[in-house]
Amino acid sequence: MKSRNKKLLAIGLAVVGLAIVAALVLNAFRNNLVFFFTPSQVAKGEAPKDRAFRIGGLVEKGTMKRSADGMTVTFIVTDTALTMPVSYSVKEYGPLPDLFKEGKGMVAEGKLGADGTFQATQVLAKHDENYMPPEAASAIAQAQKAQTLVK
Amino acid sequence: MSFSIYKYASPMTFYGLAGKMIPWFSWGAAILAGLGLYIAFFMAPTDFQQGEAYRVIFIHVPAAWMSMFIYMVMAFWSAVGLAWNTRLSFMMSRALAPTGALFAFLSLWTGAMWGKPMWGAWWVWDARLTSSLVLFFLYVGIIALWSAIDDRRRGDKAGALLILVGAINVPIIYFSVKWWNTLHQGASVSLMQAPSMAAIMLMGMLVMAIAAWFYSIAVAMVRVRGIILERERQTEWVKELLEKN
Repeated sequence: MKSRNKKLLAIGLAVVGLAIVAALVLNAFRNNLVFFFTPSQVAKGEAPKDRAFRIGGLVEKGTMKRSADGMTVTFIVTDTALTMPVSYSVKEYGPLPDLFKEGKGMVAEGKLGADGTFQATQVLAKHDENYMPPEAASAIAQAQKAQTLVK
Repeated sequence: MSFSIYKYASPMTFYGLAGKMIPWFSWGAAILAGLGLYIAFFMAPTDFQQGEAYRVIFIHVPAAWMSMFIYMVMAFWSAVGLAWNTRLSFMMSRALAPTGALFAFLSLWTGAMWGKPMWGAWWVWDARLTSSLVLFFLYVGIIALWSAIDDRRRGDKAGALLILVGAINVPIIYFSVKWWNTLHQGASVSLMQAPSMAAIMLMGMLVMAIAAWFYSIAVAMVRVRGIILERERQTEWVKELLEKN
């Protein structure tokens, strides 16, 4: 084998070796790289117990309520399997982002209270990868409604 | 043999070729960017959930793609340069690095401007954002390493090694939204499935992406010509060229 090809082989092997090392390291740190936990993961005890973490999922439709003075928002977050109630104080931590809506994704940071309610100190909206004009979105919604009627 | 790719591995012939490419790619970039921005602001409709703010996508996504792609091109030239000791390969990666850093910065900056109104935060430490920040630091680190080493050949080799080691970060950025729970949404456009975007929005984004390609090629060629002249200043052809002008 020519020396320059040997060099290329060595470079290739080094890169492959590095990739394997990186894969192993990332796999070992898997849990720490997770930005949020789902309600199911929390139920399984995967979330940290005594420090703040983030919970993510969809805001269940029809569960978002404001307190009488409008300063506390409560809703239920779901990963479509399990749910968890969340409470967020607008007064203390600021208004909710514009994209925060029922039926949409969100990520909240905070601690799990003793009563099983997640006490959020920050709420972020998680939007999806779909981009379309409003007319197309309403057409899809209508088509889906029509389909459920047929069923 | 009338045409050989090896002919253009010589800095002298490549200098001429690069000079011919610059006007084509500069004009191409300007025209495509004009067209792309027209589509972005006047033809693309408002998004059904993000309103007007989604238009950041027309800069953000092409910049992010370009920052990753330029890095892979630099990694390719570094591997070629280390294996075959070709002079031009190292010059190419040196010419590309500032543009890569620029696009990496643009993707972070536009992402922050998008994140605040949409997510409610300028910055979060999720896997996608963090690995993109690492990419920007890699670019800055590579450029700093080159400037720190006076000996050109040693600088080339040290830089190439750092580029190759850092290349592991690019697939991590790309797949981060699949591998981990991130705040950043998944890919709207991929090779494996139909894009989850309205056609005109997609077209605007792709035109802007091609404009970014043309721009990157044009500025890299300008820069590589400068590097060639500087490094080959002792040779006859550069002396002749300078006398002619």
